[in-house]
Amino acid sequence: MAALTPYQSWGRYPRALPAGVRSLRFRDQPLPRVAGSVLPFGNGRSYGDSCLNNGGTLLATRGLDRFLAFDPATGLIRCEAGVLLSEILSLTVGGGWFLPVTPGTRYVTVGGAIANDVHGKNHHLAGTFGHQVIRLELLRSSGERLRCGPTERADLFAATIGGLGLTGLITWAEFRLKRIANPYVQVERTRFDHLDGFFELALGADREHEYTVAWIDCLASGRHLGRGIYLAGNHAAPTCEDAPRPPGRAPSIPFDPPLSLIATPTLRAFNEIFYRKQPRRPTNGVEHFAPFFYPLDGIGQWNRIYGPKGFLQYQSVVPMSAGRDATRAMLACIAGSGQGSFLSVLKVFGDRPAAGLLSFPRPGVTLALDFPYKGRATLRLFETLDTLVAQAGGAIYPAKDAHMSPRLFAAGYPRVDEFRRHLDPAFSSSFWRRVTGAVA
Amino acid sequence: MSTRVLIVGATSAIAEALARRYAAQGATLFLAARHTERAAAIADDLRVRGAAMVEVGAYDATVPDRAEALVAAAWEALGGLDVALIAHGSLPDQAACAASAALTRRELEVNLISVIDLLTPLASRMQAAGCGTLAVIGSVAGDRGRQSNYVYGTAKGALAIFLQGLAHRLAPAGVRVLTIKPGFVDTPMTAAFPKGPLWASPDRVARDIQRAIARGTHICYTPWFWRWIMLVIRLIPAAIFHRTQL
Ligand SMILES: Cc1cc2nc3c(=O)[nH]c(=O)nc-3n(C[C@H](O)[C@H](O)[C@H](O)COP(=O)(O)OP(=O)(O)OC[C@H]3O[C@@H](n4cnc5c(N)ncnc54)[C@H](O)[C@@H]3O)c2cc1C
Repeated sequence: MAALTPYQSWGRYPRALPAGVRSLRFRDQPLPRVAGSVLPFGNGRSYGDSCLNNGGTLLATRGLDRFLAFDPATGLIRCEAGVLLSEILSLTVGGGWFLPVTPGTRYVTVGGAIANDVHGKNHHLAGTFGHQVIRLELLRSSGERLRCGPTERADLFAATIGGLGLTGLITWAEFRLKRIANPYVQVERTRFDHLDGFFELALGADREHEYTVAWIDCLASGRHLGRGIYLAGNHAAPTCEDAPRPPGRAPSIPFDPPLSLIATPTLRAFNEIFYRKQPRRPTNGVEHFAPFFYPLDGIGQWNRIYGPKGFLQYQSVVPMSAGRDATRAMLACIAGSGQGSFLSVLKVFGDRPAAGLLSFPRPGVTLALDFPYKGRATLRLFETLDTLVAQAGGAIYPAKDAHMSPRLFAAGYPRVDEFRRHLDPAFSSSFWRRVTGAVA
Repeated sequence: MSTRVLIVGATSAIAEALARRYAAQGATLFLAARHTERAAAIADDLRVRGAAMVEVGAYDATVPDRAEALVAAAWEALGGLDVALIAHGSLPDQAACAASAALTRRELEVNLISVIDLLTPLASRMQAAGCGTLAVIGSVAGDRGRQSNYVYGTAKGALAIFLQGLAHRLAPAGVRVLTIKPGFVDTPMTAAFPKGPLWASPDRVARDIQRAIARGTHICYTPWFWRWIMLVIRLIPAAIFHRTQL
C-alpha cells in the first residue's frame, strides 16, 4: 500500500500520491512554481478523485481561513476560500445568520463548496451554493487576479462555479447569509412504505417546506422497494421555546480498523431499525440545526468504518420524466446486489437554471448511496447503474465519483467544451484526466 | 475594559491563533510584523471575530533601533499594554552557521538581541505601570545544546536566562514574565508531513499560552509532555548523548 499522506479523499478510494503538497497561508502569495500540474485541495470531503492530483502538486488551502468582512446588519460575508462552513456557522448563528445553502457536512471549505457547486436540502427553493456567490477572486497561473461574479467576467464565473478547481485558485468569495430567528428547525418526519409514497410526499411537501430530503432503506425489495422516511423542515419561528440543547462534542473513530465494519447483515439490521423507529404517523418536532443538517458530522472520521479499502459513493440525477422508473430500477438493482449502503438519500431538485457550466444539480430526482469498495463486484454494479442513468438521460456527481466513464461524463455535462476554454493550463486533477482521457 | 495585547511577529501561525482567541474575547490588539499587508489581512479577520480594535505596525527584527519606537507606538495606540507576546524568530541553517561566524551572529541578532531590544523598553513601561505580562516564545531547543541546531538553541537558551532574570526583577512590580517552550507545531509549513502524536496544532499551543498568561505561570511547555521529554534529554550524560544524532 502506498504511504498515506493526509491528502486523501473522503472515500479513501482511489489512493493517489501527489508529487508534492504546497500549503498556502496568505492570499497575496503567488502560486508556487512547480513542474507538472497543480490542483487546489480544500478539506478533502469529496469522495472520489476530483480533489486528487496523482503525480502532481496539491495546493492546500486550509491556511487561507480568514474573514475579510462581515456585516451583521445585512448578512453580507466575505472570506478566504479555506474557511470551513462550520467556522462561518460558529461566527454567525448566534447573531441570527445561517448559510443560504449547505451540504450534508459542515466540514467543507468555501472554495470546495464553490468548485463543486454544492447543493443542500433547499435546492428546490434556493438553488446551489454557486447561486449565492456575489463575487470571488480567481488567481490564475499567469499571476492574474481576476474578480468575477454574475455580472463581472460572467463566463469565467460560470466556469468556476462547479469548475472542479480547474479554472484557477479561488482566493476569497463573497455571499449573503440568511436570517434565522434561532438555531432550531421545525421538522416533520413521515414514513413511506414504497417509492411511490416518496413521490407523493415530495410533490406536496416541497412547496411548503424549505428543506426536504428522504432517507431510503436501499436493502428493502419487492413491495417495500424504496421505503423510507421523508424529512421536511423549516427554520423555527422566533417564538419557539421548547428548544433542545446543541449536541456535545463529537465522538470520533480513533483508528483505522483492519477491515470494513460494514457487512450486509449489520446493514440490514441497521436500516430495518432506522425505518421501524419512525412511527407510522407523521411526527413533528423541533431540533437543533446540527443533527438536522449534519447527521453524519456527529461522528468524526466515520469514513474509517469502511476499512482500509475505502468506499465509493454513487450519486446520480435523472430527469423527472424518467425519474420514477429509473429510480425504481436502480433501487431494485442495488437491493438485488445486497451491497447497499448505510443510508441512501433521495431528493427532488428544483428547476432553477444551473449556476455553473459543470454544475451537477438540474431538474429531476437525485439518489445518493455509499458502497464499501469490494473490487470488481462493486464496479460491476456501478456499470449497471451507469447504464440506467445514461438511458434516463441523467448524470453522475463528480464530487462523489471515482468511476464514471468519459462517455457518461460527456453525456451528462454537455457544456464541457465551453468549459474547456476557461481551464487554467497549469491546473489538472486525477478526475479530469480520467473523465476526459487526457494524459497528465 | 478589554485586554490590550501587543503581538510582535503577528503573522506566525501561533501568534495568529492566539490573536484570534483574544479577539473572540473582545480584546484590542496591536499587530507588529514585517509583512504589513499580511498583518492587515489578519487584522480584518480579527475585527470580524470580535476584536474591539486592531492596529498594525511595521517591524523588522533585522533592522536595529526600531524596537523603542514600536513599543512606544503600540503603547500609545492601545493606551498601555496588558500583554505583550514576542513571537518572531527565524530557523537558522545550522550547517551554514557552523561555517560562518557572521551568519551565526546575524541569527543571534534576530532570535536573541532583537527580542531583548523589545523587552527592555516593554519591561520599563510595565514596571512603571505596575502590571502586565511579557510572554515570549522560546523553544525546547534552548534546554540543551544539540549538534543539529545549537545556534538556535543558544539564542533560545540565553533568552530563557534573560527572561528568568527579568521575571525576578519585575515580580515586585506585579509584572509577569512567561517563557513559552513549544515542541513540534503543525503549521501550514509542515502540513505535508505525516503527523505523529507529538505534533500539536497552533490553536492548541495558543490555548496553552493563553491559559499560562491568565494563571501567571513562568514557564509553559506546550503541549505539557515536553517538560518531561526535555527533562530526560537534559539528564542524559554527555558521554551517551554525544553518540546520538539528536
Ligand atoms: C458527509 C458528507 C455529506 C455531503 N453532503 C453533500 C450534499 O448534501 N451536497 C453536496 O453537494 N455535496 C455533499 N458532499 C460533498 C461535499 O460537499 C463536496 O465534495 C465539497 O466540495 C467538499 O469540499 P472540500 O472543501 O472538502 O473540498 P475538496 O473535496 O478538498 O475539493 C473539492 C473540489 O474543490 C476544489 N477546490 C477546493 N478549494 C478550492 C479553491 N480555493 N479554489 C478552487 N478550487 C478549489 C478542488 O480542487 C476540488 O476540485 C458531502 C460530503 C460528505 C463527506
